Amino acid sequence: MSQEQKGWKEIPIAGVCWRPATEYLTGDWKTFKPVRDPEKCIKCLICPMICPDAAIKWSKTTEDIEFDYDFCKGCGICANECPAHAIKMVREGES
Amino acid sequence: MAPIQQKVLALNGNEAVALAVKQSDVDVVAAYPITPQTIIVERFSEYVADGEVDTEFVCTESEHSALTACLAAAVTGARTFTASASAGLALMHEILYVTSGCRAPVVMAIANRALSAPINIHCDHSDSMVERDCGWIQIYVENSQEAYDSIIQAFRIAEHPELLLPVMVCFDGFFLSHTLENVDVMLDEDVRKFVGKRLFPSVIGHKGKKVPFKLDPSNPLTMGPLDLYDYYFEHKRQQEKVMQKAPQIITQVHNEYAQMAGRKYGNGLIDTYCLEDADIATVCVGSTAGTVKAVVDQIRAKGVKAGLLRLRTFRPLPVTDIMKALENVKAVAVMDRSNSFGGYGGAVFHEIRHVLYDAKSHPRVVNYVYGLGGRDMPPDIIQNIYRDLQEILKTRRVKDYVQFAGVRE
Repeated sequence: MSQEQKGWKEIPIAGVCWRPATEYLTGDWKTFKPVRDPEKCIKCLICPMICPDAAIKWSKTTEDIEFDYDFCKGCGICANECPAHAIKMVREGES
Repeated sequence: MAPIQQKVLALNGNEAVALAVKQSDVDVVAAYPITPQTIIVERFSEYVADGEVDTEFVCTESEHSALTACLAAAVTGARTFTASASAGLALMHEILYVTSGCRAPVVMAIANRALSAPINIHCDHSDSMVERDCGWIQIYVENSQEAYDSIIQAFRIAEHPELLLPVMVCFDGFFLSHTLENVDVMLDEDVRKFVGKRLFPSVIGHKGKKVPFKLDPSNPLTMGPLDLYDYYFEHKRQQEKVMQKAPQIITQVHNEYAQMAGRKYGNGLIDTYCLEDADIATVCVGSTAGTVKAVVDQIRAKGVKAGLLRLRTFRPLPVTDIMKALENVKAVAVMDRSNSFGGYGGAVFHEIRHVLYDAKSHPRVVNYVYGLGGRDMPPDIIQNIYRDLQEILKTRRVKDYVQFAGVRE
């Protein structure tokens, strides 16, 4: 998904990946996405550690965390674990 | 080409298979013992212990693991073999699909045996017929000679770069696996030359470059990963397409082998007997065909135009060959050594009746389920089947489309 879909005559046999797995954007599976309130965030960096999809990163340039929505599947673990209650799960398309 | 040098050995079916595997220069054998197949891997483990082969022999804790080990070895480019039967094959069920899906050319010998319960170690085809949809090529042989020949051919078929499909060579448990027979065997070097080395087609890997189709750390590849509703269907469509290519390659390998060894089994797909002018015919797979041929001779001597079609390749089903061979026959009895409970006859019946639906002669096609759990199939029962066919030919009426031959009422 997230890319042009090929027909059965064009793809390699045996399910061989012809592109890196990182091009497969699993982020479009999600129903709810995490949205952070920067005012409440204490930058404890628990969420980048516990994200099962490594979709929350620490950016050295902005010195802040960033969500990678291309790979976030919307599991909500970050919102559940955030000690400052700074992350809310919002239905896709609602904000 | 003149047939090459051969010698006659007294071998049972299992020993014939073990010898064929030994001569085929196999890299990995992983197996778990089960009657009536055990002698194959027992003999093969002796070859390994005596240093007669340089094969990696892996003793696993179950058939599920045995086939998994073969699958893993095969995708790295190794020539692999395993053997099983009955409950062992049933335990492999999950990995049968993984093997064909990964296009791993594993060769497996099946000494056909009934499935429990009640427990039974003797021959019927329930174990392999139930696996007909798993994407493996299935070859059913008539005798131990054919088992030997078919194993050697199976490596060439499975590893053909245009196919890469696992192959099951099915032979009747005990009737063949434990019965001594004169088997013509070739010299090791001639078999080795015939089988040759594995060749690898190239595929586009995740770096976007063409690489040989095998797992190799210097050219990394990912095979058979998560594949959801967006691509799974396309991969299954590919498997169907490659199966359609298989008959041509099975015939080609069979003919090349026939030229070398001087032995052939029909066209490698179907083996017919007295079918050219036949009005009535039976269809069967496996060792029963030998008895049927003797019966056909007897009743032909009485002027009855009877014939036999032995289906050698059951998967892929040689649809056009079956159609052509039976298109002028007016009544056909399909003999099934397995039953599909609640399914209106056995697996072979389903296929043959299905193929003949469009036949010009509109033959009556009836089914006889026979020989379950090793029940004998003597000539008189086969004669009765041909007698029923003569009756159908006369009246064009069928009383029972599915009958059970040789069961006590």
